[in-house]
Amino acid sequence: MSVARPTRTRKDSAPAKSGKKTPERGAGGRAPAGRPVPGPGSAPDPDPGHRRDLLETMLRIRRFEERCVELYSATKIRGFVHLYIGEEAVAVGVTQALAPEDAVVSTYREHGHALARGIPADAVMAEMYGRTTGCSGGRGGSMHLFDASRRFYGGNAIVAGGLPPAAGLALADRMRGQNRVTCCFFGDGAFAEGEFHETANLAALWRLPLLLVCENNLYAMGTALARHEAQTDLAMRAASYGMVAWTVDGMDVEAVEQAARRAVEGIRTGTGPHFLELRTYRFRAHSMYDPDRYREKQEIEKWKSRDPIELLRDRMRENGELRDKDMARIERRITAEIEHAVEAAEQAPREPVGDLLRHVTSSPAGAVS
Amino acid sequence: MAEFTMPSLGADMEEGTLLEWLVGPGDPVHKGDPVAVVETAKSTIEVECFETGVMGRLLVDPGATVPVGTPLALIGPTADGAVEPEKPGSPRRKPGKAAKAGGPTKTGKAARSEKPEKAVKPGKAAKAGKSGEGEKAGNAEKPGEAEKPGEAEKPGKARKAEKPGKPPRRPTRPPPGREEPTGPAPSSPEPVQAPTPAPTPAPVPAPAAAARPGHLEAGPLARRIAERSGVDLETLPGSGPGGRVTRTDVERAAAGRGAARPPRVRATPFARRLAAELGVDLVTLTGTGKGSAVRAADVRRAAPGPAAEPAPARPEAASARPSAERVPSGRPAAAGPSEERASAMRRAIAGLMTRANRDIPHYYLSTTVDVAAAMDRMHEHNRRSPVGERLLPAALLLKAAALAAREVPELNGFWTDDRFTAGDGVHLGIAVSLRGGGLVAPALRDADSLALPQLMAALKDLVARARAGRLRGSEMSGATLTVTDLGDQGVETVFGVIHPPQVALVGFGRVVDRPCAVDGLLGVRPTVTATLAADHRATDGAVGARYLTAVTRLLQNPEEL
Amino acid sequence: MGADGEDLAARTTYREAMREALREALRSDDRVFLMGEDVGRYGGCFGVSLGLLEEFGPERVRDTPLSESAFVGAGIGAALAGMRPVVEIMTVNFSLLALDQILNNAATLLHMSGGQLPVPLVIRMTTGAGRQLGAQHSHSLEGWYAHIPGIRVLAPATLEDARHMLAPALADPDPVLVFEHAGLYNVSGELLPPAAPVDLDHAAIRRPGTDISLITYGGSLPKTLAAADELAAAGISAEVIDLRTLRPLDDAAVNASVARTHRAVVVDEAWRTGSLAAEVSARIAEDSFYELDAPVERVCSAEVPMPYARQLEEAALPQTADIVAAAHRAVD
Repeated sequence: MSVARPTRTRKDSAPAKSGKKTPERGAGGRAPAGRPVPGPGSAPDPDPGHRRDLLETMLRIRRFEERCVELYSATKIRGFVHLYIGEEAVAVGVTQALAPEDAVVSTYREHGHALARGIPADAVMAEMYGRTTGCSGGRGGSMHLFDASRRFYGGNAIVAGGLPPAAGLALADRMRGQNRVTCCFFGDGAFAEGEFHETANLAALWRLPLLLVCENNLYAMGTALARHEAQTDLAMRAASYGMVAWTVDGMDVEAVEQAARRAVEGIRTGTGPHFLELRTYRFRAHSMYDPDRYREKQEIEKWKSRDPIELLRDRMRENGELRDKDMARIERRITAEIEHAVEAAEQAPREPVGDLLRHVTSSPAGAVS
Repeated sequence: MAEFTMPSLGADMEEGTLLEWLVGPGDPVHKGDPVAVVETAKSTIEVECFETGVMGRLLVDPGATVPVGTPLALIGPTADGAVEPEKPGSPRRKPGKAAKAGGPTKTGKAARSEKPEKAVKPGKAAKAGKSGEGEKAGNAEKPGEAEKPGEAEKPGKARKAEKPGKPPRRPTRPPPGREEPTGPAPSSPEPVQAPTPAPTPAPVPAPAAAARPGHLEAGPLARRIAERSGVDLETLPGSGPGGRVTRTDVERAAAGRGAARPPRVRATPFARRLAAELGVDLVTLTGTGKGSAVRAADVRRAAPGPAAEPAPARPEAASARPSAERVPSGRPAAAGPSEERASAMRRAIAGLMTRANRDIPHYYLSTTVDVAAAMDRMHEHNRRSPVGERLLPAALLLKAAALAAREVPELNGFWTDDRFTAGDGVHLGIAVSLRGGGLVAPALRDADSLALPQLMAALKDLVARARAGRLRGSEMSGATLTVTDLGDQGVETVFGVIHPPQVALVGFGRVVDRPCAVDGLLGVRPTVTATLAADHRATDGAVGARYLTAVTRLLQNPEEL
Repeated sequence: MGADGEDLAARTTYREAMREALREALRSDDRVFLMGEDVGRYGGCFGVSLGLLEEFGPERVRDTPLSESAFVGAGIGAALAGMRPVVEIMTVNFSLLALDQILNNAATLLHMSGGQLPVPLVIRMTTGAGRQLGAQHSHSLEGWYAHIPGIRVLAPATLEDARHMLAPALADPDPVLVFEHAGLYNVSGELLPPAAPVDLDHAAIRRPGTDISLITYGGSLPKTLAAADELAAAGISAEVIDLRTLRPLDDAAVNASVARTHRAVVVDEAWRTGSLAAEVSARIAEDSFYELDAPVERVCSAEVPMPYARQLEEAALPQTADIVAAAHRAVD
């Protein structure tokens, strides 16, 4: 079947190559054309142990989702399951910059954010299974992971729908004088939604402590960026609201971490919202499986050659920071963790149907008509 | 040895078609490698395996459509040669195992197609289809899977492939291991699957085409009658062999057409409830509400005694849950309007019959009448007549009862004020049982002077209107003698209760073949038992006997009818 | 204006009562703040929040950009973070721009999170017609909101409710939508101290009667009470039920009233089709069928976008005469 290919320039689809470049910070939030990439502001821990943590967290996300594919194929998991595979550096890099008391608002492609934020694999897997031990008690599913204790305000399955509440979380912190940051993830598709622009304006207007993290994986579901945005320079557009905005190589976890740390630092000093455009790519379909009619195999392969996990692994090997046996040990640990999560989810109780009307209102009597 | 199964590629995916193997037996595979191409309703997708090892046996051939979870291939470990490497052309598994390995696959249908004898008679196709479904249910396959509307809309690939007689573009094959079907040639008719409108004409018409919805099994006569009387055959349950719709079924339906429910009194729900509580018969009331509906006020006005004044709010009326508290009031809380209607009629009948049994000293007589001559006459008449004008035995029995009443007028009239008043004609009360329960006995006026065909027509009309609740006021009273014919209910003898103020009730049972002596020989004759319940205040047994004798004579000499 | 709660003794208006409620809330709980279009310097589109900016400052009386989705969503986020926001949307028609936030976030977060995230948010908005504002400022869409599980929908129709419903609404851990009929703001009268704590679960009998139940809420209450007066003159004793809370509906009060009167007229300024009046009627049919001595009557708006021309708008809206006529149809 012949399908119209998205008309995009090479430049649009090519991975950013600027991972190690020293970025310059856009002055006063007016970043010129979104190109500059921030470099070490408050530099990450040069300790190779830190890099190993980054690697392990990315790998945990990767393996977790690969297991999800298997479980989905075996019909253990249902619903829409949006895989993050390929984009792990974004979640892992950004969350390094956040303190435990900071808040995260996420999208429906949020397994990575949830795991990177420290929600145990057990709780996420149980949620995928729809069990009571899931992080949303089985009421949410893959697209709606929540953990109030970790201030993880969820997978929001409406594109850009999480942005306004994220502004509100930030507003509450500002009003109460709490020096906390709210980090809101969203995709490039959100740029076409009014809620993004309303929130960007409101956040900049009120100088809210909000970190806007745009995971630009170049496609809004199946529609390429250039086919849904007249102006594809997203950082420039964000900057037009009067906030600091940078474009970062989203495949390089260390570059992401550096940029995020600088942005969060800026936010904590009261300079208002910051915007990060992270150029990244999802290696798999939009939701679990799709025919990938809308992108070239070549393009996928090209991005896969910049796999964030391999990038960091190779860098560490070059530096002599990672031996094969270290890698094997990490893999073993992760496998055990995920298998435990699967087993626990299999065994976990299902919520009785008699409880159907719970959690509709806070009233203990359950829902009222 | 791990299984590679048909994966679920979407929340709505139940089965997939294996289009292509990207690897062969013996090939090394790695976790995440695409190993096969699967087509779903939405798209074609390369699917990956979740094991690293060596590809073993391929269990499903390209082209096959199998449910999610069906093993497609085996994958063995890399190290030792635990895999049985399969060489192309090497003998595959035994057919016996195939069913198990293949799991619930569409081959269930292929198996059925091996029994062509099931499909032989076009007329029986529907039945064959049914039994096919039975087998299907035994199979793990979901019944009616192929008939799911969603799939029916699409020219389903599986269907297309299974279209009989046409070499499929992508043949659905039995699971590997199964040799070429041993049963019929590929062009053999597929007995189960309903035919799909196919883009290309199917050379062999599927016999299942005869299986249409509904009972269309009806003879030409039944069809003709149905057409003429406007009866919808589709809706008619057949009583004949194999569910055939018989002529009787059609005629019965034609006679009952329009006859639905007893008269519906228009009343508000609250008025109905009140009427039931106060013992007021809604039928007797004139409504003052919207569209003359009976309202609570009308019921209260008609209620006997002190309740006639405006009812004070009942104590539970103020409670939060009136519906729940209504239950203990002794009245079933859920009684619907039709139940109430039925119970009102029941109470009316109860009152009348109690009075009859209390006030009237009944005596009973019975005789069995040879009705061979009458039946002969009826059949002869019917042979000559169009369907709508045919007679039923009831017509002859009623005519005989009416003529006999003319001969014995002491039984035709009323007992009022301790004396008998003869009727001003023979107006037979016809006991008609209503579908919703209950009984009415409208008058068939001057029944003695109606010719049989007219009497028959009048009877049909009266019964239909009685059941539809459209009797005229004049018919509701004025009967001088009631006849109850329970023959169509299957009983042989009826001893009735007289409808006051009448003085007799005639009962007829079923026309039944009985052995009897005829001219000194034992013969089998159609007979009917005629009974008389009479009021001993008005007449004595001799009068009653005279009446039954007259009935007997008339039925045996049908030319007098 | 500017009178303190205790001094309101004599006469006050619905607007002032509402303002007093806001003032009380802002004073008594520093988690409470008011946010919306022109609630600050302008004093509120309908003047409800006039003077509050001066008293509480721009942090707690926040003017927002015309971004309904953003500021309603921000209210949700602030509520999640422990604040008690009162978000004002200028009219119910504009609330449609925030419908995603109200339905997909406010009403569902508690459930989606398995009970972890209650959203203690109050959203106030005006509703209703009667001021010749045409087809984009005049509709009564509260019935739509009453369709949604997970939120509470209030319709204060009296001075007392305007004054006293906000506090329990703010105490509710779940989202509460308050619909203020624009035609009520100038209603004045004597504000009596509440006889009992005002609750958000029960309908109120605004006038007892024995012959027919007139069931209504919000802006239709004054018209319905006027209809009851006319009916009384004609010898018909009408009971007027003010639903007050549109979700959850107080079925018990409606059924008890119908059990007394055996007849019901539902008055609702929304369009008839799929309206709250339809819901109330259906519940009466379900729960009080055997109490009914006449078909349930509905008096709703004509199925037309609200016209500008005065006589047409009047014709489109339920009027006292319509209510009286419906009652006569049921009783006579």
